[in-house]
Amino acid sequence: MTATTQKIDAADAAEGSNVGGMLKDAIAAAILAFLLCFPIIMLHAESDNDGNLFLTWRPWAVLIICALAFGGRWALSLYQARPVVDRPAAAVAAPSTSSAFIARYIGAFGLAVLIAFPLAMLAAFGSSGSLKWIDSYGIQILIYVMLGWGLNIVVGLAGLLDLGYVAFYAVGAYAYALLATTFGLSFWICLPLAGILAAFWGMILGFPVLRLRGDYLAIVTLAFGEMIRLVLINWIPFSGGYAGIASIPKVSFFGLSMRDQPGGFADFFHIEYSPIHSKIFLYYVILALALITNFVTLRLRRLPIGRAWEALREDEIACRSLGINTRNTKLTAFALGAFFGGLAGSFFAVRQGFISPESFTFNESATILAIVVLGGMGSQIGVALAAVFLIGGFELLRELEWMRTLMASVFGIPDFDPAQYRGLLFGLAMVVMMVLRPRGFVSTRLPSIFLKEKKAVSGSLVKEGHG
Amino acid sequence: MGNFLQQLINGLTLGSIYGLIAIGYTMVFGIIGMVNFAHGDLFMLSAFIALLVFLVLTKILGVMSLALAFVIVLIAAMFLTSVWNWTIERLAYRPLRGSFRLAPLISAIGMSIFLSNFVQVVQGPRNKPVPPMFNEVIHFSPGGSYDVTLQYKQIVIAIVTGVLLFAFWWVVQKTALGRAQRACEQDRKMAALLGIDVDRTISITFVIGAALAAVAGVLYMMYYGVVNFSDGFLPGVKAFTAAVLGGIGSLPGAVLGGLLIGLIEVFWSSYFSTDYKDVAAFAILAITLIFMPSGILGRPEIEKV
Repeated sequence: MTATTQKIDAADAAEGSNVGGMLKDAIAAAILAFLLCFPIIMLHAESDNDGNLFLTWRPWAVLIICALAFGGRWALSLYQARPVVDRPAAAVAAPSTSSAFIARYIGAFGLAVLIAFPLAMLAAFGSSGSLKWIDSYGIQILIYVMLGWGLNIVVGLAGLLDLGYVAFYAVGAYAYALLATTFGLSFWICLPLAGILAAFWGMILGFPVLRLRGDYLAIVTLAFGEMIRLVLINWIPFSGGYAGIASIPKVSFFGLSMRDQPGGFADFFHIEYSPIHSKIFLYYVILALALITNFVTLRLRRLPIGRAWEALREDEIACRSLGINTRNTKLTAFALGAFFGGLAGSFFAVRQGFISPESFTFNESATILAIVVLGGMGSQIGVALAAVFLIGGFELLRELEWMRTLMASVFGIPDFDPAQYRGLLFGLAMVVMMVLRPRGFVSTRLPSIFLKEKKAVSGSLVKEGHG
Repeated sequence: MGNFLQQLINGLTLGSIYGLIAIGYTMVFGIIGMVNFAHGDLFMLSAFIALLVFLVLTKILGVMSLALAFVIVLIAAMFLTSVWNWTIERLAYRPLRGSFRLAPLISAIGMSIFLSNFVQVVQGPRNKPVPPMFNEVIHFSPGGSYDVTLQYKQIVIAIVTGVLLFAFWWVVQKTALGRAQRACEQDRKMAALLGIDVDRTISITFVIGAALAAVAGVLYMMYYGVVNFSDGFLPGVKAFTAAVLGGIGSLPGAVLGGLLIGLIEVFWSSYFSTDYKDVAAFAILAITLIFMPSGILGRPEIEKV
């Protein structure tokens, strides 16, 4: 193995093309691929009905992967051997006119697209064809945009690493579900209540962990997230356990039910009932909630508390020396992040109509954190773009039915199911995007306070906090 | 008394598996300050590799001796899992070295999602029943009527864990490799100035961590008799909890934390309820950290201005 390291390192350093060395590297990559694949892909253990395992062989898959590794390493060597042009590294992003123009208007442009999106879909695909686009793309992405913006307050602004954000999402969802099913309260009353409850939980969980730093904070927040999920699973009289809570009341449009009934929305406006109405309404609700999150964050960044968050992220000791109450500052960031998580959770419950602990696993926390980090921490636009990219991309992978027919007709593989590769590609995409853009999609930041002129600075000048 | 002894045996068995995984977390954290979230899934992958190698040995090559098969499976799983972790480090973590702290963390989370889905795709989502091995038990009842059983599996786990921990301790404390590794842990820049190949040392750290996780994977597969692609998450989180409880970065702390988490879980299930055993483990972690913010054996983090 060490020999391979040296070979690859040597190839990295080599200048010009060197066919022998490239061949060696490519062969080493193929051998490595063979070792990786040897038992886990070559052999497949299947159990029969009696619980006995038997093995089937798949040598072709391994051969293809080894060939791919060989070719890929060869291509990488060719790419590395190309003549290199030196580009000066710029710490401060050059304020070119085009990028300044984009930075200035991208927000307004994005907003216009978001407002027009459901209507455009309705016009393009009709009322039944657009259901999928508005529901599983529009609403789904916007929920994650909102969650990303909420977590951005904690991770991006205050620099506290929270791996259990999904706990507050769960608190919000269960708060609405329980209040609505037991007391019959309407969504609009429960929404702020759910947010306040989640913020309260944020403070309860935040208080003991404030002394902890860095990865200790990360594991304790992760543990709290898991604890809330485990309690929801096991406290059956309260939460229904794995079965969850079903038939959660739907949202009403200023007191008009969105169902197909006399006195409902469609009946009141004398239009033909269609399920798309409630989806479009939900879309605008989550859009409004997400925009409120964004607006509050942007305004708070200019207030002393927001500046204190960012100062805390940059240097905690300097903050304490200057008399900032770090405990209260951290607690407000935790509580506010949790508040928006709770609102999003309550929206999730009303949209789904059914919730169970399955929706609030660690994977959700990880996905939201990935959205924040991939977007470029602290950048609002970046977080939104990352949510569109990750969640939209994940949903787009459902649309691969044509591959099934292709595989069946051209390669003669009848039971190829592209949907099962979604998770695999999702994980791989996270790794690849992180390796290619470690500082996130948006690599510049606008400072919240500035002297004379507001200049965008490189994201790598912004610290990430120790908390 | 009998029940206590029984639970003590079970808890130590479970705890030694956690401890073996926790070493991988704590070593990687100590040397590059990164939480390797893919470590739990690597453990699951190693259990699958072990199962497949075991099936090849018994069904195709016809190895009759169970002990021989077990030793070969152990070595093969250690080697192949190490190759996996070496490759993962090379492709997903090394390009992010020197980048900011959250970048490798997200990369590791992505790798964890990739690994569990990869195993699901190539081996199927259903539970794999493992052929039983070492099924004999020893019965004894110390000073009472309660019948305590000690399974052969548990003895095998204790012996394998003990031998490997000793070998691991010897490598870290007595060899040039271990010295380089401890030097990198203390001060990577200074170690590089003194001629230590830091990249190579970090690679070897990942390889050692993977080998120990593979041992845990083989033992887990043998002990529980079933493997599934989603088995990596919970033991992974528990082992990470153990590493933090013991003081992350501290090797004896990882083993101690692992044993403690195993004991807490088993005793809680026996005396209170099975439902809340994981909640109990996490709650004790939170309470311990509130009073001892750097874990039981961890060094307090001193920040120099």
